[in-house]
Amino acid sequence: MSIIYFDNAATSWPKPPEINKAMQKYMRKIGANPGRSGHRLSVEAARVIYDAREKLAQLFSVADPLRIVLTKNATEALNIATLGFLKPGDHVITSGMEHNSVMRPLRLAEARGVDLTVVSCDKEGLIDPARISGAIKKNTRAVFITHASNVTGGIMPVSDIGRITRKHGLVFCVDAAQTAGSYPIDVREMNVDLLAFTGHKSLCGPAGTGGLYIREGLEKSIEPICVGGTGSRSEMEVQPDFMPDRYEAGTPNTVGIAGLQAGVDFVLSEGVEQIKNREESLVKMFMEGIGDLPGIIIYGPAFSGRRIPVVSFNITGRDPAAVALQLDDRYKIMSRAGLHCAPSAHKTIGTYPQGTVRFSFSCFNTREQVARAVEALKKISKGRK
Amino acid sequence: MKDKKSYDVILFKAVSYALKAEKILKNEKLPHKLIPVPKHISSDCGVCLRIQVDARDKIMAALEDKVDIEQVRALEDK
Repeated sequence: MSIIYFDNAATSWPKPPEINKAMQKYMRKIGANPGRSGHRLSVEAARVIYDAREKLAQLFSVADPLRIVLTKNATEALNIATLGFLKPGDHVITSGMEHNSVMRPLRLAEARGVDLTVVSCDKEGLIDPARISGAIKKNTRAVFITHASNVTGGIMPVSDIGRITRKHGLVFCVDAAQTAGSYPIDVREMNVDLLAFTGHKSLCGPAGTGGLYIREGLEKSIEPICVGGTGSRSEMEVQPDFMPDRYEAGTPNTVGIAGLQAGVDFVLSEGVEQIKNREESLVKMFMEGIGDLPGIIIYGPAFSGRRIPVVSFNITGRDPAAVALQLDDRYKIMSRAGLHCAPSAHKTIGTYPQGTVRFSFSCFNTREQVARAVEALKKISKGRK
Repeated sequence: MKDKKSYDVILFKAVSYALKAEKILKNEKLPHKLIPVPKHISSDCGVCLRIQVDARDKIMAALEDKVDIEQVRALEDK
């Protein structure tokens, strides 16, 4: 029995073989520090990074690749977007479905004097844009929303929210950790001012990569949260004020970025729409397969088209951790059980504190694997206490 | 030595800007060469674009509004 990996929302695996090739090529043939020296290998390393920015810009419909800051993960990007941007006295709005990568920096900002409103979502974990409008105050500066919940997979109405923030002159930050690479993102069309993404999920890159798109001019209002060497303006003892160096201190993870560049290239050549359709069909098959099983409760949007490839469920009377262990031990199916770093999302859908079992698919999963998982859950749900 | 080519160098804020300019010039098929910044021009680390003076106007037009340029300087013989 072969193993089945359904934990792609934690990190995607396996990766396309091109990622290994690009990282090995960098380690064997390039290896130098980008942007620090003028020799050919240093320039070649800087080209790897520029290519990554260019492909990411293409993927998100960003006109200028230099608007993309590369970070170690989405969390760092969100820390820049929150802690670098919000000042005491500002009011900020977020949803009750956020991951701790958004919620914890916002709670820290709150402790430092920022006024925070957490708008609650419905039972499916979706937000009503009218509730965002209703929460806007005189001192509201920004709205932070996840593009899709890592717990329920529910896709938030970001375009509608983007119209509201534009109308009110607010900064709109979207956490695309779960969507970048598997769901279409157009920052212009969606009126997104800040887009945080990770490299190691649907962008197929390695861990240690991610980034933040910053709309033109907005960098003037965002302080860096980490400063140091950039290879530019070396005569100055203060951080450069221009993009992207303002937020990229220290030697970057060039080998990781080489992999990320290859990952984005894979996504662009496969096509986001095609990847989305393939994953959506797996979600549909899985939800239909387990929907009628006795004792199974599926959380989040009932319609598979309103989800990214994430399905959270429980079996009545069973501890999600025990179900996940049984799936792994007996069926070699890897899932994730628990709170998924988003406590308030679980409160919203009524699964706090025990959490859920979460299956998350990638374009490398197959219908045969989903069929095997459905069979396994049939057996497990029959044996429930 | 009238036939000797004379060069300018375009200086940028950072290497990434030089690479962005290089891509644009490659696409437009405008001659250029990425070189380390000569130390007598700037103490900053990194690279710049060396261009022929004859092609300067065309090159500057191609980069206008697309890449922030710090300076254009004559590359004198040392």
